[in-house]
Amino acid sequence: MLPIPYLTVLVFFPLVAAVLVAVLPQRFERSARAWATLAAAIEFVASLPLWSRLTPSAPGFQFEENLAWIPSIGARYHLGVDGISALLALLTTLMTFIAVLSAWTSVERRSREFYAMLLALEAGMLGTFFCLDLLLFYVFWEAMLIPMYLLIGVWGGQRRIYAAVKFFLYTMAGSVLMLVAILSLFQMQRQFTGVPSFDLTSFYAMPIAPTLQLWYFLAFAFAFAIKVPMWPVHTWLPDAHVEAPTAGSVILAAVLLKMGSYGFVRFAMPMFPNALAVCTPTIAWISIIGIVYGAVVAMVQPDLKKLVAYSSVSHMGFCMLGLMAMNAQGFAGSMMTMLSHGVSTGALFLLVGVIYERRHTRAIADFGGLWKVMPVFSAIFLVVTLSSIGLPGTNGFVGEFLVLLGAFMTKFSWAAVAATGVILSACYMLWMFQRVVFGPIVHEENRGLGDLTLRERLVFAPLLLLIFWMGFMPQPFLDRMQPALDRTLELTHQRAERSAALVERAPGIRLVSAPSGDGGSRP
Amino acid sequence: MNASLLAWIPGLPLAAVLVNLLLGDRLGKKGTAWLACGAVVAAFALALRAVLQLAALPEHERHLSEVAWTWMRVGTFSVDVAFLLDPLSAVMVLVVTGVGSLIHIYATGYMSHDPSFRRFFLYLNLFMFAMLTLVLADNYLLLFVGWEGVGLCSYLLIGFWYERPSAAEAGKKAFIVNRIGDFGFMLGAFMLVTATGSLQFDRVFSAAPHVFTAAGVTLATLLMFLGATGKSAQIPLFTWLPDAMEGPTPVSALIHAATMVTAGVYMLARSHVLFELAPATMQVVAVIGAATALMAATIGLAQNDIKRVLAYSTVSQLGYMFMACGVGAFGAGIFHVMTHAFFKALLFLGAGSVIHAMSDEQYMRRMGGLSSRLPFTHGTMAVATLAIAGVPFLAGFFSKDEILHAAWASGHKGIWLAGIVGACLTAFYMTRLYVLTFRGPSRLSHEAEHHLHESPPSMIVPLVVLAVLSVVGGYVGMPFQQGGNAFETWLHPVLSAGGHAAHHEVSRGVEWLLILLSVGVALLGIVLSLRSYLWNPATATALQTRFAGLHRLLVNKYWVDEVYDAVLVRPFVGISEWMWRFWDAKVVDGLVNGVGTTLEGGSAILKLFQNGYVGTYALFITLGVIALFLHFLR
Repeated sequence: MLPIPYLTVLVFFPLVAAVLVAVLPQRFERSARAWATLAAAIEFVASLPLWSRLTPSAPGFQFEENLAWIPSIGARYHLGVDGISALLALLTTLMTFIAVLSAWTSVERRSREFYAMLLALEAGMLGTFFCLDLLLFYVFWEAMLIPMYLLIGVWGGQRRIYAAVKFFLYTMAGSVLMLVAILSLFQMQRQFTGVPSFDLTSFYAMPIAPTLQLWYFLAFAFAFAIKVPMWPVHTWLPDAHVEAPTAGSVILAAVLLKMGSYGFVRFAMPMFPNALAVCTPTIAWISIIGIVYGAVVAMVQPDLKKLVAYSSVSHMGFCMLGLMAMNAQGFAGSMMTMLSHGVSTGALFLLVGVIYERRHTRAIADFGGLWKVMPVFSAIFLVVTLSSIGLPGTNGFVGEFLVLLGAFMTKFSWAAVAATGVILSACYMLWMFQRVVFGPIVHEENRGLGDLTLRERLVFAPLLLLIFWMGFMPQPFLDRMQPALDRTLELTHQRAERSAALVERAPGIRLVSAPSGDGGSRP
Repeated sequence: MNASLLAWIPGLPLAAVLVNLLLGDRLGKKGTAWLACGAVVAAFALALRAVLQLAALPEHERHLSEVAWTWMRVGTFSVDVAFLLDPLSAVMVLVVTGVGSLIHIYATGYMSHDPSFRRFFLYLNLFMFAMLTLVLADNYLLLFVGWEGVGLCSYLLIGFWYERPSAAEAGKKAFIVNRIGDFGFMLGAFMLVTATGSLQFDRVFSAAPHVFTAAGVTLATLLMFLGATGKSAQIPLFTWLPDAMEGPTPVSALIHAATMVTAGVYMLARSHVLFELAPATMQVVAVIGAATALMAATIGLAQNDIKRVLAYSTVSQLGYMFMACGVGAFGAGIFHVMTHAFFKALLFLGAGSVIHAMSDEQYMRRMGGLSSRLPFTHGTMAVATLAIAGVPFLAGFFSKDEILHAAWASGHKGIWLAGIVGACLTAFYMTRLYVLTFRGPSRLSHEAEHHLHESPPSMIVPLVVLAVLSVVGGYVGMPFQQGGNAFETWLHPVLSAGGHAAHHEVSRGVEWLLILLSVGVALLGIVLSLRSYLWNPATATALQTRFAGLHRLLVNKYWVDEVYDAVLVRPFVGISEWMWRFWDAKVVDGLVNGVGTTLEGGSAILKLFQNGYVGTYALFITLGVIALFLHFLR
């Protein structure tokens, strides 16, 4: 173990950096981007021990920190990681660095505040992945909203206010229900053990009567489903993406969406396994609808960003389907999809950003024939497109394949319908690619477009590397996530049995089983 | 024995791709050509060395495999990046690298004036990597990497001249149609994993007979066959191949004739253990193969673009290969893969040489009488035409005869009949192509006449080599050999696995009769064609007017594309629009915005109660007091 409170440093360093960047004197307005890039780079390097020093097979959480926070209600400052959160945290630090680097020339006003918001967002996201206390989780979860809301609302496009408010309200609607569920669970937990606590592990230890679980599960699932976003609560996503600045879109797609699926794996699924079992077919089919629906609607989008946004709905449907398969392959596939969607879709938004910066339009019809003038851009665009399609040898394939395999093993029909997404993704992505990159140049404005600059190439280099690394040698990633996923799966099954046993002992009377000699006082 | 070089066979072209990418334009045209051809020729040498090593082993030990690294291992599911060389993949790897080398060399001449020379060879090398991965893979998933990889390269190369919208469109069509097949392949693979627990060939094949139900294996093989119909352009997924002719001609020769499109046949032969467990699937394969062979051959009769005729001919010949697989003669199918690679690559390269000589003219109505002006091209093309027509003692004769023989011997008389009719049609349309291009009066424009030139040596040498192969390539499959011919003996260790390799014997007399019949129809086709197009050209015109309806049907390729467009593509786009504009924007967002408006409206009303005037508040308090008062009074 490291001698310092490692995770705390990781969470708060970007926050401190954000404050420092924000309060830089006016004359540093131009150089704010350099300082922010430096901070994000340091943060990324600092997060690398999450890869190198993680012991995936070790039980429980690592790099743990556990301090009293609000003693009167037992809320604690409890951080820790396992393979799942470590990989997502790495994705966060990498994509934040890339987002900051990508914004150098695109953000012209209030750049100090802009970079401060990105860094503050990073702190919020990392905190959400690291925390193991439900109240703390809720705090981070909500805290994340604010910088994203401002990024869209201040630096966004034409309809930024509508999009920002929609984003905020949608997310709030879900998380309010989650808060109610958390408080109610807390009450139950105090009854159960007599010791007030918001600690995740103590919730893991508490069986809950299956009938009751359903309500809790629905509250949590609703909050997470909005974030994923699952069909039909996805409509905030296209608007948010279209209006958000490129860097905001990158973070939104790469990391924020993963909060939803992460919430399912970490909280909703293991905590309420019996309710999960009841809802699994429904959620699976909703995910499959999302896969097909997202792809079908992406097909006819005239706006590049909207197209990518709808493709995200489709890809995240794969993520959720993998989780609903409830087996090792589905889980691993889902997790791989989270990572590779982060990389590929992040890269897609960056690519759209590149041409948007040059042409100030995102309409597919305004392009065509770009290969002629921007060959490097087009080649990178091609690779990313293929990775998004899930071509074998790229990252997208591994996740998609494992998800479908897992789904197939659980239910033939799930995989059979979901696999049409493989055909559809080729349709909408290649059609888009054809209209943007192939053909003759039809708009004179495009004739003078410059190819990628050195900085832009640097932005894409790590993403391309990851696309092939995860595609050809995904095992290092799989090795890191699997023990944690296996534990989650096992925990879910165990808790399902324990909770089901409650009904047999005292059907319909008690909500939770009280241990004998329980001295817990009622409030 | 140093088997570790197997991975280098696909590795070398990949390395060339990387070098090409890294050095960029610094390579120059010469450097690019040497790098690309060198890598493929070296891969051929490596393959030859490996195959010789393989051949030196005793028959039942001919099975070299090596694991490069673990690809993914999740739970009990595990799959490696691993390569396998056995007699079956040996045939494929030699054909791919051998014909591939020739086509690479040819392309240095053919593409020499193209500004995107380097990009062309980048794609071509990438294709070799994918194709070699496909044939050397030791499991279905790595095979799938090659499978989709060749699809990608096909997409890129069809759309190589991306500024032409029709080329970009054709590339996309090829990829998407192939994806439909891949959808089936993937589901088939899932069935294999769930049933046998593995995707590794040996393990799947040894477990399959014990774990699969009859229905299960039938469904799995049907799904895999759907994949094959995509890649190998069979009914119903054949429509992409003719459009693929938008690509440069060496691409048509390499990808859309000699190698990639035969991947489906290879996959079936590789999986013969599974297919033999599913007689119903075999029946489907045979029927689809026969139907495709006939349908494509008839369309080929009426096309006037030299490359399109060859494209439909390829579809048709692929149909023969599936016919062979369907009647259980996988060896004959692979034999035809090999001979077809020789003569069809030659035909395409020859056509390319003609097109090159005619300054990019592909329309046969504007050719004619080229035989004296393009002597080498003409000579080699003539050999290839005879070979594909099934004239005795040339390569195509042996393999086609083998297929027809197997169809008859296994009792598939209907399939045999289709094959015989198809053979006659093949001879007819190939002779027509030959006559329209090389014989008769010249129909060249003055401009074209002026520029006409025989191709450079870099293009002629591959033609000659392929012509030699088209002549001698069939002798490994000489009929009337004791215990099967040499080619079959070589494949025997692979194809006998599973114990199903039924060897149907017919009597000597019947075998002679069958051979005479197939030679007879071939000659009939040739003579009829010569009569209609060379000796008495009026016949062709007369036939055309007499059967105008039929002719239109054929010229328009049975309107399959149009039907697909009307039934599938357009409704699909319509539904997409509707889902977006109605469902997403009106229903879901309508609800969301509705909630917003309701809240806003509600708060607007509530706002009235909190207007900050003390008087209003006092009024409400008074009203409240009165209300309470009344309530308690009652």
